[in-house]
Amino acid sequence: MSDERIPILRMGDYLLVSIQVDMHDKLAVRLQEDLTETISRHVSKGVMIDISALDLVDSFVGRMIANISAMARILDAKTVLVGMRPAVAITLVELGLSLPGVSTALNVERGMALLRKQLERGEHADERHAQ
Amino acid sequence: MNVTRSDVLAIRSEYDIVLARQTARALCQELNFSLVEITKMVTAASEIARNTLIHGKGGSMRWELLVENGRAGLRLVFEDAGPGIADIGLAMSDGWTSGSGLGKGLPGTKRLVNDFDIQSQVGTGTRVSIVRWK
Repeated sequence: MSDERIPILRMGDYLLVSIQVDMHDKLAVRLQEDLTETISRHVSKGVMIDISALDLVDSFVGRMIANISAMARILDAKTVLVGMRPAVAITLVELGLSLPGVSTALNVERGMALLRKQLERGEHADERHAQ
Repeated sequence: MNVTRSDVLAIRSEYDIVLARQTARALCQELNFSLVEITKMVTAASEIARNTLIHGKGGSMRWELLVENGRAGLRLVFEDAGPGIADIGLAMSDGWTSGSGLGKGLPGTKRLVNDFDIQSQVGTGTRVSIVRWK
């Protein structure tokens, strides 16, 4: 149980994390550490977090997602959250968590498109800055 | 109001929070709650169970299947013998947090259930009761 980890898949410049188990606190903390380490090691440009298998996002998991997004931003990587179930979205908003600063997309395909778009926009901004 | 069935489970570790959630989910399903109703009640259970563990230093969750005027409901009662809450009004206000949280726990949880009751005494402990009706 103590070795339990959420796998982080690397696809070129991006990382994909698919959360498919009932999160408990230690697992969430370990994911934050593993992910920031992986971003740093591979100089990843984007992180996609798939929560389509989660039937619940409470304030703990919500905070973990917001933290991951903030940590990735500081490490110069974009985060997009994909696959949130409708019942989870309704519950999150009533709970008072609207996940400010976290980009979302309905599924992995759209999430990837969003990451690419954000990255292109970022590069263009850098070019303009250089001129 | 009649209690048709009840049981108690301990909340002493984070794995017990997962168990509390799973228990709440199974009971909601037994009462034929809709998916949104289940998600709200299980999320509420998760929030309070974590409070019981972190702030209350552990405790218990008692669940009760209720029947009142022909409708069914689920009551979850979380009790701890922790430090207690000095100012419940403050703890129930949106945005207030005692530490690492987002300050959404208690007021947010109240919005997810039909009945919400909290009693706390400094030095004695805290008792939170939540009910969701079918």
